[in-house]
Amino acid sequence: MATHLILQKIFKTGFISEPAPQADLSLRTREQELHADILKVFGQSVAIRHVDAGSCNGCELEIHALNGPHYNIDGMGVKFVASPRHADLLLVTGPVSRNMEVALKRAYDATPEPKWVVAIGDCGCSGGMFGESYASCGKVSNVIPVDVEVPGCPPTPVALLQGILAAVSKDKTNTAS
Amino acid sequence: MKIGEHDWHLELFGKHIWRGRMEAGQLLALARAVKEEGGQLIALWGSDDRQLGDGFAIHVAFLTSAGLAWVSSTLPAEAPAYPDLAHIFPQADRMQRATFDLLGIKASDAVDDRKWLRHGAWPANVFPLRKDFDASLPATHDTDAYPFIRVEGDGVHEIAVGPIHAGTIEPGHFRFSIIGDRILKLEERQGYTHKGTEKRFEGMDLATGAKLAGRVSGDSHSAFAWAYCMAIETTTNSSVPDRAIWLRALFLEIERIANHLGDIGYLGNDVALTFGFMQFWRLREDWLRLSAKLFGHRYLFDCIVPGGVAMDIAEAGRTELKALADRIDAEVQELKAIYDEHAGLQDRFANTGIVKPDMAARLGLTGLAGRASSQAWDARVQFPQPPYDQLEVSMATHRRGDVLARAEMRFGEVFESLRIIREILGRMPEGDIQIQLQPGGAVCEGLGWVEGWRGPVIVAVRVNADGRLDRVHPHDPSWQNWPLVEVGVLGNIVPDFPLINKSFNLSYSGPDL
Repeated sequence: MATHLILQKIFKTGFISEPAPQADLSLRTREQELHADILKVFGQSVAIRHVDAGSCNGCELEIHALNGPHYNIDGMGVKFVASPRHADLLLVTGPVSRNMEVALKRAYDATPEPKWVVAIGDCGCSGGMFGESYASCGKVSNVIPVDVEVPGCPPTPVALLQGILAAVSKDKTNTAS
Repeated sequence: MKIGEHDWHLELFGKHIWRGRMEAGQLLALARAVKEEGGQLIALWGSDDRQLGDGFAIHVAFLTSAGLAWVSSTLPAEAPAYPDLAHIFPQADRMQRATFDLLGIKASDAVDDRKWLRHGAWPANVFPLRKDFDASLPATHDTDAYPFIRVEGDGVHEIAVGPIHAGTIEPGHFRFSIIGDRILKLEERQGYTHKGTEKRFEGMDLATGAKLAGRVSGDSHSAFAWAYCMAIETTTNSSVPDRAIWLRALFLEIERIANHLGDIGYLGNDVALTFGFMQFWRLREDWLRLSAKLFGHRYLFDCIVPGGVAMDIAEAGRTELKALADRIDAEVQELKAIYDEHAGLQDRFANTGIVKPDMAARLGLTGLAGRASSQAWDARVQFPQPPYDQLEVSMATHRRGDVLARAEMRFGEVFESLRIIREILGRMPEGDIQIQLQPGGAVCEGLGWVEGWRGPVIVAVRVNADGRLDRVHPHDPSWQNWPLVEVGVLGNIVPDFPLINKSFNLSYSGPDL
């Protein structure tokens, strides 16, 4: 049986999760409407729906990495969900291809209010190397309203977390180093 | 160069790479000869050569017993067409349809002439890769719906999935026809991430082109960047320093291991062995962090540049990388013993998502998935570019063609890549890591061919006389492997689809371009 091997490995590996980073409020693109009552709605957790709106899949690698044991996002109350209808926050990678424009708008409309959008990656923030063209709408905010932009090609898992936390943080001033 | 009985008058164009031109009518005979000797069609694309006074052109890359053969045929400027190759090599089907969508070059008598990359972003009578394309045209928002093939009968119903999927996956559409839980037919619809990559290359300088090539499919960054640079270096007739070539191979193997570790973890996750996911993603994260420390980027983005590489490795870095390689080797062996013994996992992996060797050969399954179905092709082994010609890579292959075989492939390749990395670290020559490229001043072409972690990646380029890119076609192996996912799921239950899909782990962005 594999069970004893699994248990052995788990004990040998130990606890490797790292402390959560601070929210980086400089990534915010607009003033948050973060009243006490909104925070009450979300309590201590945030449900995220990821939408790949046309990326090269580089940003997706880091979203996957975020789910690994080093980052312990479940412990922070951050959870990825299967439908925009279950989500508080859309995590969108770009550039937004014209072929994904309608799908992205529908995912946004399907997300219940109040909601946040975090655009990630250089392409999500500015269109990146792909820019705007016959096939690309460019940055995410060209298609749906965006609250926080996390640049990087791709942004590291820590940067992603800082951006997600910036969207949902009640702080008004930046404490991230 | 002879294929079959006939000499096709191809010239050696690079190591194991051949180049030739022929009448479009001859393509059929060549394709048959390649098929007969057990070769494959790897890529098919078009170009607008009217500014060179040549009308259009169709390009095909064949894998033959002598290496890769890149053949081109000139087509008339009015109503350009070439003979359908999909009835010989079915993998050409989507490539032919995409070539029509982008360039208006038609495969005559093709059975399937539905659109592929075009959804609604541009009208049917306009072709974005033509040089006279007017980019200011408004989007049409898909007025001509895509005709899926319907399965009808008692109790048959459809499940439509995507383009946005339930997990963190790239967008694409899957149309299942099922009875109960069993899949009768799966039809894929892709092109959702089509972002005009090939058009973007036009007029770009060579260095920026390398960055864009690396972003065709982010998980295969080093494979595409290397293939692009190899192509560029052919056009400029440059010889890159030995040390740079060895470092490129180091980057490519680091990329292979990172992807395989992630996939093995996810395969565990998909059969509810979360332990496997956590363990393999812990190792992967250690691997990525060391890459960031040594080379400045977790995924080695922009480390491979035209003329060489941008990052070197010092003695201390070598020691550190070797130590981590040793540790990962030992830990993966431990974890493999658990995967091997885990009855639940084995039960889900074995006999799930089978692509039999004869089907794989007929439809052109390539790369890692191909090798899991007895298609024993690996450019690093049969047609090694330097430094692989000095590394004696040993190829992993399996016959089962199921999820288990594709998982085993990854274990085998992780161990082999770790060995290659140790070998590279021990034998890497000293010297410069980059040279300045001297543009030729004339229109010239090149092709690069690299065995990426997913399979063969090729990049074909044409550089203008002004030293800027005229046409770049990056080809991801997912093009020819996606149709085999449709085959592999047949008769399986819908809940096994995510597992089967993950065992191929194909790129959407790569073929969507």
